Amino acid sequence: MPARVLTITSGKGGVGKTTATANLASALALHGQRVVAIDADIGLRNLDVVMGLENRIVYDLVDVVEGRCRLRQAMIRDKRLSELYLLPAAQTRDKTAVSPEDMVRLTDELRPEFDFIVIDSPAGIERGFKNAIAPADEILIITTPEVSAVRDADRIIGLVEAEEKETTYLIINRLRPDMVRREDMLATSDVVELLAIDLIGIVPEDEYIIISTNRGRPAALDNSSPAGQAFRNIARRVMGEDVPFMAIRESPGFLDRIARLVRGRRI
Amino acid sequence: MSIWDRLRGKREPTSRQVARQRLQLVLVHDRAKVSPQLLQTLKDEIIAVISRHVDIDRDGVEVTFTQSKRQSRLVADIPLQGGSRRQK
Repeated sequence: MPARVLTITSGKGGVGKTTATANLASALALHGQRVVAIDADIGLRNLDVVMGLENRIVYDLVDVVEGRCRLRQAMIRDKRLSELYLLPAAQTRDKTAVSPEDMVRLTDELRPEFDFIVIDSPAGIERGFKNAIAPADEILIITTPEVSAVRDADRIIGLVEAEEKETTYLIINRLRPDMVRREDMLATSDVVELLAIDLIGIVPEDEYIIISTNRGRPAALDNSSPAGQAFRNIARRVMGEDVPFMAIRESPGFLDRIARLVRGRRI
Repeated sequence: MSIWDRLRGKREPTSRQVARQRLQLVLVHDRAKVSPQLLQTLKDEIIAVISRHVDIDRDGVEVTFTQSKRQSRLVADIPLQGGSRRQK
């Protein structure tokens, strides 16, 4: 079966697109899938460092598009997972070096040899975003439970619908259950209700993400990381498994109610 | 807010509730690509058009958005003047 193309996008910057791409791609490869991760953020290359492959880049996406190398020459094989590859972004060019048609052509060339192609979209709604969603079969929209991120996610959903890409899923990233219990953060149910698209993952805030990025080793490869576990669950759902959402307690317990009464806030 | 207010059950809305309410409003306007200013313009022009033909209660006119799932709806509520069926 030819590969499915998944694009991870958000609108707002800094909500975790690159981290999610690295982790989802790694988790899919961990589950035995043949995966290529593509960094579509041309000019602001980052997926390579998050995946720990920055020292091995020779050619990049723009070199492939402009015919300076073959596709296979630009693909970097992961150190840990033999079925995981990275196609890095160019660092010296801008988004206009690649067109949406280039992206479709490139992914079509990869489809027969892989199970999944995971594309990391740049922030924003301009050319880079259009490049990233052009070849997508499924679009994973990632947001944090904050007003600005949710608002931008809603804009992106509107744009994606306008492109007649039907299959969109929501990932809620960096959820802090303790803050939700204190009624100081939007809950999963609030975000799902506001955006009205299907939820495919809830990723809790996890300081291990910073450590894993420091080391260039995605958290999905570590069994002790809650966020890594959440990304492995998303990978299994993407593969069609019915995986229950992780037990994240968002409703207040007895102690939360007492604490709130003392501080004078509503439960 | 004083301790008495709290004991009587008066509560400030939580930041989660405020966030949800603000987002609801912002998203409706974003989706319809309509700013509050444009909404006011619409309201003024609707009043002008309707009142050319029917007597309406200008102060009671409300033009709002409602929303179900991902569909937004523009709703104009226009009370008629007097409201009785008696002829003048």
